Amino acid sequence: MNFGFTEEQNLLRDQVERFMQDTCPMTRVRELSGTGGFDAALWKQIGDLGWLGLLIPEAYGGLGLKWIDQVVVLEAAATGLCPLPIASHALASTAVLACASDEQKSRWLPLMASGEAICTLGLYDDANWIDPSAITATAKANADGYVLSGTKPFVNDASNASYLLLAVQGPEGLALAAVSKDEVRITPQPTMDSTKPMASVDLDGVAINAESLLAMTTEQLSYLTDCGALAVTAEMVGAGDSILNLTSDYAKQRIQFGKPIGQYQGVKHRLADMYVDLESYRSLCYFAGWCADDDPKELARAVSLAKGYASDAFNQIGIDGVGLHGAIGFTAEYDAQLFLKRSKWARPMFGDSDFHLDRVASLGGL
Amino acid sequence: MDFDYTVEENAFREEVRNFISDNLPPKKERDKNFLNTWLEKVRAKGWVGFSWPKEFGGSDGGLIEQTILREEMALAKAPPLGTSMMGLAWVGPGIMEYGTEEQKRKFIPDILDSKVTWCTGYSEPNHGSDLAAIQCKAELRGDSYLVNGQKIWTTGAPWSQWIILLTRTQFDVESKHDGITCLLVPMDAPGVEVRPIENMAGDKHFAEIFFTDVEVPIENRLGAEGEGWKVTVSALANERSSIGEVTQMFAKLENLKELVKSTQKQGKPAQENPGVRRKVAQFEMKIAAMKYNGLRYLTKQIKGEPLTSETSVNKLHRASLEIEMDDFAVELTGQAGLQLRGGEAAIDGGAWAKSALNWPNVVIGGGTPNIQRNIISERLLGMPKD
Repeated sequence: MNFGFTEEQNLLRDQVERFMQDTCPMTRVRELSGTGGFDAALWKQIGDLGWLGLLIPEAYGGLGLKWIDQVVVLEAAATGLCPLPIASHALASTAVLACASDEQKSRWLPLMASGEAICTLGLYDDANWIDPSAITATAKANADGYVLSGTKPFVNDASNASYLLLAVQGPEGLALAAVSKDEVRITPQPTMDSTKPMASVDLDGVAINAESLLAMTTEQLSYLTDCGALAVTAEMVGAGDSILNLTSDYAKQRIQFGKPIGQYQGVKHRLADMYVDLESYRSLCYFAGWCADDDPKELARAVSLAKGYASDAFNQIGIDGVGLHGAIGFTAEYDAQLFLKRSKWARPMFGDSDFHLDRVASLGGL
Repeated sequence: MDFDYTVEENAFREEVRNFISDNLPPKKERDKNFLNTWLEKVRAKGWVGFSWPKEFGGSDGGLIEQTILREEMALAKAPPLGTSMMGLAWVGPGIMEYGTEEQKRKFIPDILDSKVTWCTGYSEPNHGSDLAAIQCKAELRGDSYLVNGQKIWTTGAPWSQWIILLTRTQFDVESKHDGITCLLVPMDAPGVEVRPIENMAGDKHFAEIFFTDVEVPIENRLGAEGEGWKVTVSALANERSSIGEVTQMFAKLENLKELVKSTQKQGKPAQENPGVRRKVAQFEMKIAAMKYNGLRYLTKQIKGEPLTSETSVNKLHRASLEIEMDDFAVELTGQAGLQLRGGEAAIDGGAWAKSALNWPNVVIGGGTPNIQRNIISERLLGMPKD
């Protein structure tokens, strides 16, 4: 029984946090998010550090680690609202590992492990529906392979990716179409959170060869969705930690009515509740991260407990983080508001709290 | 990360399970001697005061074994391992840490053997949450203390034989934490008067206690004079892992799900109602959070990092669950949910309704939720004290 991180995992966490503080601080995050969120030099740097091939086996040039290690990286990167597509890239790697043939893996994974290929994954085409039926884009067979049609309206990091894995209804059922950015029309879509670029991808008439369509079972779709929810929750842990620290520090320094505001119980108790919620979805997230590789049959429940908790709790933490600051929290130049925006972004991603609570109820026998 | 147990730990779990199946008959088959037999047997196993040092009659049980023992006992809904709950929780550990050799010889075996029940004299009419401000007075006269004052809301006072009593031996102090002295007092000492107080559930679990010229021999002082606060803080720090509690909460959740499945709301099965389903899922979420928080804290302890105030996190969850789960069950079952035992439509013999009136036992005893929030924000987030 050991529900703690190893020495190596702690070192990895420190390394990523230091990277965010020194190399990609909030000033840089703001510059990047104003211009689409990507910095090729930073991407190369984290690729060289191995963070982009964490989940990829050593045989393909990766580190051969597990999702729990990926959770460590995503959490630490999100302490500084890292705008680089680390989560999307990890999900695309997971999709290739789950659905691709050995030949495809040998061709793609080494490029993904180094970061040379920047990848993302697009699953559902409905704004508010997690279900195979919510995949409406199609792939139809032709003489040379397949012709795609439809639009993927909500693809994370699409504008910055060189390759996209997009869920479609294929001739034989669900599939992932692998397309390069040059083959499709990508239109950035502004959202509340500019550190998480989103775009629509128009697939109409795009032809791909036979090797570029990967069959995907509903179980694999469900696993990828769970990994997506896990990735978002890990980022909610890191971002939640930062806004809580930011707000605590402010409450110790800000003097009103002759006392630091952190001395008033109205402030103290909100901060304590933020801590309790963060601590709780953190524990649930780590357990889900462990399940992804070590107890996959428990993953659905574990992920739903974690994301179900985190979706509403982090949203409230964002509101209270800004609210406890007063007007400065509402100021664009100040960072608190960026975390509130992340909390809004994270809420519907890979299932909102209603979706996950319903699943907890069903899995729990109701 | 690793949620497996070692061969030895699994063998211990097996031993506990076997013991339970051999010695815990179904409720209907238990006669009036059952509890005594049970207490003797768990005592003979060394499972009472399991974590205590062997020299005091404990078993030096490790953190994981303690967890396994609590978990299995809670799963089996077994009776407690001793009747002296507070004796086992903090009076015993306090005496082992601060007591004289004579006190250890005199008090420890009786706690382990469930011969003596202890209560805890902390709260006073004017000092509950502000515990260190206590006024109950003890004056040293020769070789005994003369105690005058009042305690109130003392849980277990109506049936306890001894009380661990916080008194003030010095009033002229710079800090209210100074000048406090801890005394061990028999409840039948002349001048001790217990008046039980009925709570809102109709039970008389707590009482007010009046001390009028009660003589307490100096050898019954626990720790040095004026160091009572230190004794208290370290006793309260004797936090137990919350794993056993979590197992009980999961069992309660299962009962609640059964209730949902057998209940109709607006003429339809309650389990199809999205609001009902989500509420139950939220309970499961919080209980699971308690479980995994508890396992993270347990891991910290095993690695030798002391726990500070993290246990307040699960106390807050426990407090809200104690209130909300019974409340939900009562509301779910409409007017029938209101009926207490004896009511013709009472649900589960009125157990939910009764329990819905009993939450303050857990929620207020041992520090109110707002005190827990103060602890978290001051000790874990560094907020300035009031």
